[in-house]
Amino acid sequence: MEDHVDAEAVRHVASLARVDLDEDEIAEFAAQFEEILESFAVLDDVPVVESEDQLENVMRPDEISEGLSQEEALANAPETEDGMFIGPRVG
Amino acid sequence: MAAENLNAFITRERIQPLDEGPLSGTTVALKDNISTAGLRTTCGSATLDGYVPPYEATVVTRLREAGATIVGKTNMDEFGMGTTTETSAFGVTDNPSAPGHVPGGSSGGSAAAVAAGEADVALGSDTGGSIRCPAAFCGVVGIKPTYGVVSRYGLIAYANSLEQIGPLAPTVEAAAETLGVIAGADPHDATTRDRALGDLAAAAGEAPEDLTIGIPAELLTDATASIRARFETAIAALRDRGATIRELSLPSVEPAVQAYYVIAMSEASSNLARFDGVRYGVGGGAEAGWNESFARAREEGFGPEVKRRVLLGTYALSAGYHDRYYKKAQDARAWIQQEFAQQFEEVDLLASPTMPVLPFARGEGLEDPLALYQADANTVPVNLADLPALSVPIGSVDGLPVGMQLIGPQFAERLLVQAGGMVERAV
Repeated sequence: MEDHVDAEAVRHVASLARVDLDEDEIAEFAAQFEEILESFAVLDDVPVVESEDQLENVMRPDEISEGLSQEEALANAPETEDGMFIGPRVG
Repeated sequence: MAAENLNAFITRERIQPLDEGPLSGTTVALKDNISTAGLRTTCGSATLDGYVPPYEATVVTRLREAGATIVGKTNMDEFGMGTTTETSAFGVTDNPSAPGHVPGGSSGGSAAAVAAGEADVALGSDTGGSIRCPAAFCGVVGIKPTYGVVSRYGLIAYANSLEQIGPLAPTVEAAAETLGVIAGADPHDATTRDRALGDLAAAAGEAPEDLTIGIPAELLTDATASIRARFETAIAALRDRGATIRELSLPSVEPAVQAYYVIAMSEASSNLARFDGVRYGVGGGAEAGWNESFARAREEGFGPEVKRRVLLGTYALSAGYHDRYYKKAQDARAWIQQEFAQQFEEVDLLASPTMPVLPFARGEGLEDPLALYQADANTVPVNLADLPALSVPIGSVDGLPVGMQLIGPQFAERLLVQAGGMVERAV
């Protein structure tokens, strides 16, 4: 099961991840990804072991406590208007 | 070395203590992914250059309540992704114990600040070795606690299932005392555990009785000959002090680096989705559509290593590849956990060189990401198995510091500190 990682594959995953890349980055990543993904092939030989589930639910009473003020929540936003974030256009 | 040349800090500013306590008069530097209310917290990333947290991490409150004075925020690999502190958007940090070399990473600024005396102790975070590697490279002590011992509330996440905040300090005792202050359950972090660890600071001076230390062959094979020799000298000194040394095998750690990178990158791709340029970070502009704006913000805000990991994590989780990469990495993690648990029925602690290589010359490692990932071979198994580990200096090779890593069973911090103190006295 060998995968060839070409520029098109890198463009596709960059689009899924919502990260623009320039052409130089695409070329560099294609070569590196192929090598890195090939190294992950050692995982094919890992045995499946019985493992005990260590997860447990952690519960707390649902009590109202103080949160951030609207001003604090907006303080780091690049753009705001009338107490709201300005996001990109939809549609 | 002058502090300005070192570049250990991204932001130098004092935060005063809230009370008097065991850390009164102690100065503490914080890795810049630990939130400080009102003081910018960048994660070493251009995207958070101007980000000022509206709240304080639990560890910061605990330090201040114990009397500590915060002296600044330290340089780090961007979002913790690196082994050299060279992926920071705020320049490289020099190694005060080996000028011209990297301080290790990703908590390189914290280790350098402590090694240069710019702070008495520092906090770092360790996702795959990011406290222990810089501790080893800078010749200081670093502790990665058991998963769940220290609250991650206010730690800007890279890979939640792997990371813990922990101390770096010149001595085992100082590191242990700081860990004692920051440890403990926190209602703001549901993964914290309520387990008493005992008096950690006092433990540094206590001699552990009938200590059996196991040495996994797999964690020695990739170490350079000079590091192995240094390590074996230190182990011989422990044997002279009454420790029983046992060689053993831990085959599950062979694929640990690959399992670690698949899991860490996958978690990173999800965690870093929050940096969309709307609520914080570099904005992508409101005129474009959502996807274009988001993609532009991240192109501008993230450096190459962060993009590499976000993309590879997205790939490993994408349809058709999830079972092959992510699921197999989780199988490897379960195998590693099981093997460590089995070994701890036979021995009290495990020991290895912290790093298989000496500190890189600055600029030496970044060209080949895969080769750099291999440098984490001895540290990542600990995070995958949720275990505590400590790195303690064991001298130097050609003037470059070498560290020994001690690994303990879950919540065995006290025994680790005792053994760390023993190493300190023995070498």
